[in-house]
Amino acid sequence: MPALEPATDVLQQFSQGNVDAFEALFRQHQGDVYRWILRIVRDPAIAEDVTVETFWRIHRAHELFDPSRSFEAWARRIATNAALDQLKSTRPESELPDDLPQPALPDPGISQELREKTAQAFGRLPPKLRIAATLAVIEEQPYQEIAEALGVSAGAVKLRVFRAVRMLRKDLKRQGIEP
Amino acid sequence: MTTHDRERIEHLLKQALPATNTQPRATLQRDLWPALRQRLEQGSIAVPWFDWALLAALVLWVALFPRAIPVLLYHL
Repeated sequence: MPALEPATDVLQQFSQGNVDAFEALFRQHQGDVYRWILRIVRDPAIAEDVTVETFWRIHRAHELFDPSRSFEAWARRIATNAALDQLKSTRPESELPDDLPQPALPDPGISQELREKTAQAFGRLPPKLRIAATLAVIEEQPYQEIAEALGVSAGAVKLRVFRAVRMLRKDLKRQGIEP
Repeated sequence: MTTHDRERIEHLLKQALPATNTQPRATLQRDLWPALRQRLEQGSIAVPWFDWALLAALVLWVALFPRAIPVLLYHL
């Protein structure tokens, strides 16, 4: 359940640099921002760090915030950029945990080895494509929400997802895997 | 790529990397305000010298090979 939009006076005070208003906004939104970032970076410890980084950026940019607009949408956009920066700064090989989490409904026709190779191939995709595919395909978020968070059109998100899937298929084929 | 191929890859991807809402620690386990407060008190973070060196190398590279700018922008 998304957090309710904060009162206008809190937003007004935040945009003027009031730290108490900023703390109130932080406490109201930290959970939602963390969950959004976790969907992208897929590691709880990293998601916590990126959440702190996001609110640090929010604090620095307080003068740019328009109190008549949605704080949640603005925060999500900043969070997405911070998460994207994190993905860009990490080597693909270092992103896979030792034991991949199991899906809720495991497909017996898909081996552990195939799951690992798919996850590794996905980690090699360009971060901009990976983030779109992660949110749209894996996390099943609406295209419009992803588009707003990335600052692009819904059509551009669909194109990125298509390119990601196509590149993933090519990578797997190169390894002799015919999905 | 056919629709069937695409659906197959997407299914494989969901099996390889399940949605985070089904995983442990899908919700925030601790208050991050103390960490943020510390960050706020530190003020601006000092940029390491090698970041400046990297930036200088990048500027030099762009100056020497301006045709590479579109390639650079694509990877940003």
